[in-house]
Amino acid sequence: MSTRIGTVFGQELRQARRNLWVILATAVLGLFALALALFGAGQGSGLKVDVLTLTAVSLATLSVYLIPLIALLMSYDSISGEVERGSLALTFATPVRRWEVFVGKFLAQTVAVCVAILIAFGTVGCVIALLSETGQDGIFAWLRLMLTAGGLGAIFVGIGLMVSALTCRTARAAAAAVGVWLLLVVLYDVALLGAIMAAGEGIFATHVFPWLVIANPADAFRLYNLAMIDAAPVAGIDGLAQTLPFPPVAALAALGIWLVATIAIGSARTRRIVP
Amino acid sequence: MTETLAIKALCLSFGGQKVLDDVSLSVQPGERLALLGHNGAGKSTLFKTVLGFLRPCSGTVAVAGHAPGSDPAREAVNYLPEVVSFQRNLSGREVLSYFSGLRGTPKAEVSDLLARVGLLEAADRAVGAYSKGMRQRLGLAQALIGTPRLLLLDEPTSGLDPVSRHEFYEVIADAAARGSAVLLSSHGLEEVQDKTDRIAILARGRLTAEGTLAELAHRAGLPTTIRISARPGAADALHGEFGGRRINGCRLDLDCAQGAKVDLLARLGRHHDKLRDIDIAPPGLTDIYRHFSRTGPTENQT
Ligand SMILES: Nc1ncnc2c1ncn2[C@@H]1O[C@H](COP(=O)(O)OP(=O)(O)OP(=O)(O)O)[C@@H](O)[C@H]1O
Ligand SMILES: [Mg+2]
Repeated sequence: MSTRIGTVFGQELRQARRNLWVILATAVLGLFALALALFGAGQGSGLKVDVLTLTAVSLATLSVYLIPLIALLMSYDSISGEVERGSLALTFATPVRRWEVFVGKFLAQTVAVCVAILIAFGTVGCVIALLSETGQDGIFAWLRLMLTAGGLGAIFVGIGLMVSALTCRTARAAAAAVGVWLLLVVLYDVALLGAIMAAGEGIFATHVFPWLVIANPADAFRLYNLAMIDAAPVAGIDGLAQTLPFPPVAALAALGIWLVATIAIGSARTRRIVP
Repeated sequence: MTETLAIKALCLSFGGQKVLDDVSLSVQPGERLALLGHNGAGKSTLFKTVLGFLRPCSGTVAVAGHAPGSDPAREAVNYLPEVVSFQRNLSGREVLSYFSGLRGTPKAEVSDLLARVGLLEAADRAVGAYSKGMRQRLGLAQALIGTPRLLLLDEPTSGLDPVSRHEFYEVIADAAARGSAVLLSSHGLEEVQDKTDRIAILARGRLTAEGTLAELAHRAGLPTTIRISARPGAADALHGEFGGRRINGCRLDLDCAQGAKVDLLARLGRHHDKLRDIDIAPPGLTDIYRHFSRTGPTENQT
């Protein structure tokens, strides 16, 4: 079993490298992180927090848009494309189990995203830490950001693969991936903001709203990172970070649930594909 | 129980449309069975059912005694699809290593397989730069990984030049000699006649004939055509005497049952002064094929 997953994994990782996904993702994430670091350094001198913490806060907000996009782009075609080309029929005719194919692909693409995050954020983090005065809090904030960004990437790789397995057609998978990104990353927040405006202070604002926020993996990621930083200058939905009715770890649990759910649904769906 | 593949009374439909209807087939170890049939007859569908991709609505399929799609069945069967497509940016060797890894066979086999299908030189080039025939060869190499008990080859020789085609059948014969049962589909009647052991003909989802080519020819009982060229002015007299079909002013075609050939020729001999030439055309492969492809639908329409 492990050798079969390993085979799928190796093949998929090789693809990600040959398709230049890793390099592209690293470059994009690295450039954005660097830009935010420069911006943070510019305003950081006046505040009481260090540049690394400041950059971690702004990068957490930006990563919510970028990392899901990169992960979805990497994964949405992985199964549907192989169904259309006919190469999945060959794979499914071998003794490999369907869920092993799904998990192998998932692991490889997650590793690709994580490597990109590690290189990009790691390098920029080191540069900031070396060039500016950095405390322990800043380093922890940065490490938390890198770890949870990897988790966020994994979830959206899982969502992308699930969408790919559900649609089985590249064009539909692309549309669905764009839809998922818009819904989870953009529209969900807008809708929540509208709801809280309409509902005002009350039960909804204190007891329902926070749960709705962490029900979305992108928001859960941002909320966790901001809630763990005391001095974070925040606004909008993120203001919630300071008045959570549950410990920030609950947001991590929500991420875990998303991860398990997408893998379970995706694997189950892969079993039904007629290649 | 010794059959590698046993299909009994298999029916399958796509949304109410019957695509396979009461198909029964079996293939023994070391035997090569050619599946013939018009476009849309259901050949590829049959393969996909044997692989467990499609669920039959009735009937049974057993691959080495196991249900299609089950773990032991997938271990026993290797497949070459109709249209082979691999990831374009991988080399031939990487593609084979991948499938070898999925089947859990030793990697050392890969070079040997590449040599067997004549791809050793191109092994480290990207598959995207392969010609159609080279991709087909790679597909065949992939299907030979791990000495399969059942080989399913869907139109393995489509798009190959005659020499490659010949080499393909040699590789297939070699695999059969090692004990693989081979089920292959084809549109080439000539190529399967002496390269396979038995032939099955599928017409609109029904199996209309099965056996060796000689048996099929016998069962079809098709007439031999005798083509006569008459001397000028003698055609009408011959037509009056023997009947048959007038082709033009001096030509006449006579249909004649297998056993009546000698008699007819003897009778013709008595009119040798009216004859310029005689041609004898026994029923060809195409006639036999057409005969069995036609019998299906007429039964079906009731
Ligand atoms: N996924 C599908 N959905 C609906 N109908 C299908 C599907 N796949 C095949 N069919 C129908 O099933 C019939 C048999 O198709 P199949 O591909 O098995 O033919 P074939 O014998 O392989 O033909 P060819 O020689 O052209 O490859 C056709 O009428 C086809 O339209
Ligand atoms: Mg076909």
